[in-house]
Amino acid sequence: MTTKKLVDIAKTIRSKNAGVDKITFDIIFRTEAEYDLVCKSGAITRATISKLYGLRQDRITDFEEFHPAFAIKFSILRDRPSGSPGDPDIFGAQQYAPLMDIEIPL
Amino acid sequence: MESLTIICPNGHLGFAPLKVGSFKLGVETRPDYIAADSGSDDIGPVPLGTDTSASPKAWQRHDLEQMLLAARDIKVPMIIGSAGDTGTNSRVDMYVEMIKDIAKEHNLPAFKLGYFYSEVDKEIVRAKILSGDEITGLDGRASLTVAQLDATANIVAMAGVHPFRKLLEEGADVIIGGRSSDSAIFASAALHHGFPESQSYYLGKVLECASFCAEPYGGKETVLGEITQDSVSVTAMHPDQKCTVASVAGHAMYERANPFHEYVAGGLLEMTNCNYKQISEKTTRVTGAKFVPSDGIRVKLEGAGVLGHRFVGIAGIRDPQTIARVDQVMEWAKTQVKERFGEDGYELYYNVYGRDGIMGAMEPNRDKPAHELCLVVQGVAPTKEMAEELTLTATRQLFYARLPDVKGTAGGVSFVFDEVLQASPACTWTINHTMSVADGLELFPTTLTTAGV
Repeated sequence: MTTKKLVDIAKTIRSKNAGVDKITFDIIFRTEAEYDLVCKSGAITRATISKLYGLRQDRITDFEEFHPAFAIKFSILRDRPSGSPGDPDIFGAQQYAPLMDIEIPL
Repeated sequence: MESLTIICPNGHLGFAPLKVGSFKLGVETRPDYIAADSGSDDIGPVPLGTDTSASPKAWQRHDLEQMLLAARDIKVPMIIGSAGDTGTNSRVDMYVEMIKDIAKEHNLPAFKLGYFYSEVDKEIVRAKILSGDEITGLDGRASLTVAQLDATANIVAMAGVHPFRKLLEEGADVIIGGRSSDSAIFASAALHHGFPESQSYYLGKVLECASFCAEPYGGKETVLGEITQDSVSVTAMHPDQKCTVASVAGHAMYERANPFHEYVAGGLLEMTNCNYKQISEKTTRVTGAKFVPSDGIRVKLEGAGVLGHRFVGIAGIRDPQTIARVDQVMEWAKTQVKERFGEDGYELYYNVYGRDGIMGAMEPNRDKPAHELCLVVQGVAPTKEMAEELTLTATRQLFYARLPDVKGTAGGVSFVFDEVLQASPACTWTINHTMSVADGLELFPTTLTTAGV
């Protein structure tokens, strides 16, 4: 099966704090066709995210396909509040990198 | 009034200076208001825990000066929310003084300066807990306990539109707000002129981060919002930026867990049926937002507490055999710390850059460390002296880690400096909860004064 990495399809892949206890992830596409392709591929779901990040599924609090922006969005609970000592990413801004390598079946 | 316009030059005033070029273009459109938010909880718990700002005074003053001079020049109100990053009383007082100083320096004719506070006395919260009026946890947190309250240094409440509207009704020309919802800063102006709640709150939602709702990416540029009875339009002021359907819809989900809902004191902005339409090259119009008022009012509380003094040490590793056993290296250093300071009464953290320093347990590649590692060591303790010695032990003992068959017997790590550095006190977010109030002004006392000559 032919696949393509998410980084080669998406326009934006980012992560950021959503309040002090959550990090939210946005994957945004340029076109509806690319958005549909990825949504329907089954490669990005609560289950695949949970596996990729080694998170129990109940740590994923939100998972939405957001058509107006051609975007997939999910949010996770942090293991400690942002900026507590030892927290490596106060803004939650570098947690998206593993998403880039997700293989999307074409 | 058929429509009202507001420009926003900065999504977090003070954190980085606004860009003057697009701001001037925005002012030339003769907006009805100039407004910006100056706060964020993104900056971590230290500023609230220690009642300080994360932003330099020079940058805060720069933006306040630009906005004040423009607002007084075209005779329109200026509104700032969440003064000085945290929106504590000391930050509000600091901004009020800055406004007075700038007005005096530029000989501005007298104007009405309104401000309100958002800090919450711990005793008010304690009384609520003890009376059984639950302080409800957000984002999976349990209800607030007295112990968590006692571990809190400072609390701010998130104001809705209420104190802003009161000050506008009293004729304030400039408003400096304590901690407040970003969207309320802008919504209050629209509501003051009779626009519907649905459009007013959406206007606030889309403007609050300035040019983050435009593309190409570029922060700190001015955007212009226009509200009518049934729509909100947003226009990029920078010559090279546009507000497109993609950029505006994309911004609806920025920095929030869910793209469809936004809670404020007094209700919920529902964006599920928003319709986005590009109406000109730089402008996108949004219809279909809906505001759902809540039954009572619950305000969000933010609280931060100080855990202790903090020092930081840094060490590097290049030997591949040592890298493979870095956990043992850290274990050795931790054991030396325990021998000196015991099992508890302090906190010690290692971030191992080159392995999982950025993502910790969520790192899928943590079993594939790089050819060199950087260990950042943080020690937290009740006194400065203990924190320093603790962190120095936890850092320097990495050098002496005893690994079987280690080749490099002259020292196991590299140092860029053989010392530890004092950092800001270690703090944590102790409160991310909501509390019931009788009305939207209850926690937010307002004051009206004058500035200028």
